[in-house]
Amino acid sequence: MADKREIDEVTGTPTTGHSWDDIRELDTPMPRWWLWVFYATIVWAIGYWVVYPSWPLVTSYTKGAFGWGSRSAVATDLAGLKTLRAPMMDRLAAAKLEQIMSDPQLLDFARAQGRVTFRDNCAACHGGGGGGARGYPNLNDDDWLFGGKIEEIAQTIRHGAHADDDKGHLMKMPAFGRDGMLKRDEIDAVTDYVRSLSGLPVDPKADLAGGKKIFAETCSTCHGPEGRGNRENGAPNLTDAIWLYGSDKQSIVDGLWNGRGGVMPAWAGRLDETAIKAVAVYVHTLGGGER
Amino acid sequence: MAANGDGVTDGETLVARAHPKGAGSEPELSEIVRKAVVPAPAPAAPASVPDRALYAPRQKIYPQSVQGTFRRIKWAVLLVTLGIYYLLPFVRWDRGPHAPDQAVLIDFSTRRFYFFFIEIWPQEVYYLTGLLIIAAMTLFLMNAIAGRLWCGYLCPQTVWTDLFQMIERWTEGDHREHLRRDRQGWTLERVGRAAAKHFLWLMVAWWTGGAWVLYFADAPTLVKDLATFQAPYIAYAWIGILTFTTYALAGHMREQVCLYMCPWPRIQASLIDEYALNVTYRYERGEPRGSVKKSAALRARGEPAGDCVDCLQCVNVCPTGVDIRDGTSLGCIQCGLCIDACDTIMAKIGRPTRLIAYDTDLNIRRRQAGKGPVFRLVRARTVLYAAIIAMVGGLMLYALATRHAEGLAIIHDRNPIFVRLSDGATRNGYAVRLLNKSLAPRRFLLTTGGLADGFIEVVGDTTSPMGYPRVEIGPDQTREIRVLITSYEHLPPAASIPLTFSAIDMETRQQATASDFFKGP
Repeated sequence: MADKREIDEVTGTPTTGHSWDDIRELDTPMPRWWLWVFYATIVWAIGYWVVYPSWPLVTSYTKGAFGWGSRSAVATDLAGLKTLRAPMMDRLAAAKLEQIMSDPQLLDFARAQGRVTFRDNCAACHGGGGGGARGYPNLNDDDWLFGGKIEEIAQTIRHGAHADDDKGHLMKMPAFGRDGMLKRDEIDAVTDYVRSLSGLPVDPKADLAGGKKIFAETCSTCHGPEGRGNRENGAPNLTDAIWLYGSDKQSIVDGLWNGRGGVMPAWAGRLDETAIKAVAVYVHTLGGGER
Repeated sequence: MAANGDGVTDGETLVARAHPKGAGSEPELSEIVRKAVVPAPAPAAPASVPDRALYAPRQKIYPQSVQGTFRRIKWAVLLVTLGIYYLLPFVRWDRGPHAPDQAVLIDFSTRRFYFFFIEIWPQEVYYLTGLLIIAAMTLFLMNAIAGRLWCGYLCPQTVWTDLFQMIERWTEGDHREHLRRDRQGWTLERVGRAAAKHFLWLMVAWWTGGAWVLYFADAPTLVKDLATFQAPYIAYAWIGILTFTTYALAGHMREQVCLYMCPWPRIQASLIDEYALNVTYRYERGEPRGSVKKSAALRARGEPAGDCVDCLQCVNVCPTGVDIRDGTSLGCIQCGLCIDACDTIMAKIGRPTRLIAYDTDLNIRRRQAGKGPVFRLVRARTVLYAAIIAMVGGLMLYALATRHAEGLAIIHDRNPIFVRLSDGATRNGYAVRLLNKSLAPRRFLLTTGGLADGFIEVVGDTTSPMGYPRVEIGPDQTREIRVLITSYEHLPPAASIPLTFSAIDMETRQQATASDFFKGP
């Protein structure tokens, strides 16, 4: 049938030769330019093989004439981004923390940079927006264990708490019960007293006077005589509405018995100083920063 | 083919419609019917030919120059549209010191579109939707009134092809001359003329690409940069691309674009109705066609003779190589040049003009049946299209007239949703974006309503320590700020209190508002 084609009488166009229930399909030819465009795309595809990585070999692949790769393209893009940000990054690196806080443009830049660094490094414990969790402080509030001024925040980020860094915050809540410093009923009494400091409800039969006495002898060294805490050693304020480990009696008893000492890693050495400054600015501007 | 509601169903008209030409060899109706019947079993020896080529060779078209009303209209449209296209980027429009002074500018770097007194931000791209609806409906309306007005007069493909054909006639000669030269083979003169043509084509194409890029940057500066090779690479690339497409589409592809590439001929064919005017050969007047002499002889004998003298002028001037006498077809872009060509001939032989004219098939059949023509401009579809255009246009005008020069967008913090402060207060954080669409810097007062004791502050704001914060924002900019709202109210558990934020211009008192929620523990 290859050389003999039926011609449709009405149009004069050959048919494809197939017949479906006597219905035949016209084999209308394509325009010549269309065909050439089609061939051109094939030639173009060959050009792609030459220019781009394409054919898999046994252990490698054809690399393309200009060595282009999606991996190196990302590297180039990142380098370009770095160049683009360089002027602001240099300003950020040179500026003191107070300078950043008083320069709106630099502040916006530091916040944007700090947000990214925070989400990459800090969000695992503190949450994506710094909302914190039990044992991991909420960075949005106005309660600071080690101080909420911009320089204090930066210092805590640099050297951490209870981490292997001599410049960091090292003091811990001792394990009064486990280490035999307080008996169980003493812990009960001091817990009720501590709860009463911030107006939390306590058992009417609780020994508040006994608790107060134990507090004055044992706890006031760090937490202060009125329980208002001390940022020098990271002792929290026990009179406010914010409780890192919870305000229920069980949690407080647990803290007294086993001690507390949540670890904040020291980020100096892991993050460069510019990034630390940016994160400090970001955390400070979450809402709780002190001036 | 539509409608038999006009009382013209006799066999003679049917034949005339199916086969308008060649009155002498008019096939009988029975003949047509016989041909149309499909033979029941496959014929014993089907007509066969050797395999045809894979492609359809293109018939080169040598459109002849023509003079007349429609040619003049087309020249005028060409002058106006190309004039606008090439010169518009140089028109200035003063917008003050904070915005470009180019009347029409698509500024990708700052993501703004300027059109005289209108400035559009990226989030207002719905204006484009409105424009597209209006464009589509205008196209449909044109189609309902007089067929392919767009194709024949306004389509860039038509306008540029027209210009390129003018250059072709100028360099390589008119229809006859060009045809003769092509048949003579390659002579030195022909090479020279072809070279001149392609040079001029490329110049026009290059200018077309050059004008295109001027819409995307300050035109005078870019022209200077382009000339001194200081312009960005992308500008040269686009000029190159558009030079190539213009040269290829208007110079080489021409009617192939309309015949094979463009969807509109197909779409418009299904949108048309019997009342839409089309460039139509009035075969009831033209047939039977014949030479002047033969027709004169026929008339002398009192026999019917048509006005068409078969001079083929209508075919020769056609830019797409269509014979209008075969009826409306996909290839006919309805540019009206055949009307001019035919009118010239009709005037010469002393017959009435407009043997080809804007008319409808329906009218031809009515005239054949001895009735007068009908022209119905007001129809359901024209009214509907016009109404949609008016409605969308009105909506857009209203939106433009009441467009706010300020805006406010709020996103509530998600982590944490609320913050408990050490003194027991509850605080919510918001990312607030202020928009200043005016071309001057402004100062806004940020206020909130919905909470009895909601205290509002802007992080990092030291200028307005107490009361409502003041936010400064530069011209034609947005600014994101972090806003905290603190409340000492005793909130019910899991409270969610609706809040309204307002940014009030401290000078003009114009304000933008947005709503969100205050969440409690």
